[in-house]
Amino acid sequence: MWSEKEQRELEKMLPQYNTKRSAVLSALYLAQQEKNWLDDDDIKAVADALDLTVTDVHSVIGFYTLFRKEPTGKYIIQFCTDLPCALRGATKFYHELAEQLGLPPEGGTTDDNMFTLEEVVCIAACNNAPCCQINLDYHENLTHEEMSNILSKLRAKSEKESTTQP
Amino acid sequence: MTNKYLDKHVLLRNKDIPNIRDINVYIAHGGYDALKKALTVMNPGEVTQVVKTANLRGRGGAGFPAGVKWSFIPPNVKPVYVVVNADESEPGTFKDRELMGENPHQVIEGIILCAFAVGAERAYIYGRGEFKNTFVPLKKAIDEAYNNGLLGKNIMNTDFSMDIFLHLGAGAYICGEETALLNSLEGYMGQPRSRPPFPAAEGLYAKPTVINNVETLSNVPPIILNGSDWYRRYGTERSPGIKIFSLSGHVKNPGNYELPLGAPLRYLIEELGGGTMSGLPIKGILPAGASAPMIPPEHFDVMMDYESMAEANTTLGSASFIVMDETVDMAWAAEKMVHFFKHESCGKCSPCREGNYWLEQVMHRIRSGKGTSFDIDLLTKITHQMTDNCFCPLGEFAVNPINATIKHFRSDYEKYITL
Repeated sequence: MWSEKEQRELEKMLPQYNTKRSAVLSALYLAQQEKNWLDDDDIKAVADALDLTVTDVHSVIGFYTLFRKEPTGKYIIQFCTDLPCALRGATKFYHELAEQLGLPPEGGTTDDNMFTLEEVVCIAACNNAPCCQINLDYHENLTHEEMSNILSKLRAKSEKESTTQP
Repeated sequence: MTNKYLDKHVLLRNKDIPNIRDINVYIAHGGYDALKKALTVMNPGEVTQVVKTANLRGRGGAGFPAGVKWSFIPPNVKPVYVVVNADESEPGTFKDRELMGENPHQVIEGIILCAFAVGAERAYIYGRGEFKNTFVPLKKAIDEAYNNGLLGKNIMNTDFSMDIFLHLGAGAYICGEETALLNSLEGYMGQPRSRPPFPAAEGLYAKPTVINNVETLSNVPPIILNGSDWYRRYGTERSPGIKIFSLSGHVKNPGNYELPLGAPLRYLIEELGGGTMSGLPIKGILPAGASAPMIPPEHFDVMMDYESMAEANTTLGSASFIVMDETVDMAWAAEKMVHFFKHESCGKCSPCREGNYWLEQVMHRIRSGKGTSFDIDLLTKITHQMTDNCFCPLGEFAVNPINATIKHFRSDYEKYITL
């Protein structure tokens, strides 16, 4: 989403850089913040804000893995199954988690659009495997019990947010 | 006593001093004394000279002497930039995350010292996008530094002024390569640039730029404070000083351990790491994540410095040691690493883009039981076509997992060949 609020945030950042273009990743993060992905309007807004073409912004989005052009769940679980984590049981943990969430082994989004599960490569927490990031918050030394608690808490938080919204 | 080789932590001081991420605690334990010394009794050239004499070698992986890098900055071209490489993404490496999250002021002090030495007024910390929340304590520490007159205009009431800005990447391993990082910081796809020109001549915004790793800069305050002779008391003649070793995989106690360079690998694995979880013998050790050739058992007595590792036909790199016990199928491990490099290849040059694609295809064919004995040699042939033909180190390093595992553990591949 791109509103006056995002525009103001972006303008605060621009003096840090010599070119407007340098702020493209920061602007895309702002645009993606609310719904976790970028639609055509968001991309056009970022392009306009930075005097870039839409094609140019697409090339940047396509290059970096943290930008998304498809809807996702409210919480994106990025679960590391790279070599160091796999040596400490992360692959088995990941498959069990996928099953618990009713998702196929390659991951995906739950029917209620609450969680998107993805297998990722190293997130620099190898000493505390199994580990994952949920909307980029670290969760380390996971047990299934802890993981269930984390997911329940996030579900409860989301329900609370939706009932308090005007 | 931190361990047999080190009285107390020099880098991971958070392990000895609770709450050192708070500026008052950092200052109470000698924090920013090095900066005060540099700004009041030293000139920029002297700061560079001390780092040069200490022979502090770049801790991001390449091991290039930091002081030499600083001295390449031309004296008469302005502005000069300092860029901090915090794009820590090598599998098995998690030291910079701890330094920035737990001892952030030492990183900041190192950046200010570097900027003073090279005449920069701006520094950018380029962190991987996944570090969004690791940047929270770092951002807080930067704010504290501004509030205490340690950043911004007239630092410590001297003529020296500078700013530090935080910048997040967005998920691309290649941005750890310094010229790809610069392109990314300028808002482009993170693909490497051809060199020359080197960043010291034409870096960020085509201006002279020093790019150093987080750990490298964390070494600078103690070096300036205590002098190069003190620093060179640690480590070896050609690899002096202290290094953080990230230990992961099948060990009982994974984690970051600080040791002088040249400490024995066995000490790290057996004494600090507690040996394998299973109690089974170790089959192989990766010394620099996925990027360096695996160490087979005949070299487990190697010392951990740049030269000794080279003699053992591998590299120290970022010093991220991944330990694998004898239950590990090395063809499986190699497939994991090939998948990593295929995923992270930036696509700029065809030897890396196509080479990694085909390595993964052939690896998958072998591992799914559909390969022939010809396929093992085919893997080697593909690596030969990549070696010395890739645009940057990513593609050059990507062949290491395959070549080393075929060389030392060929039977792990052969057991899949039934056709």
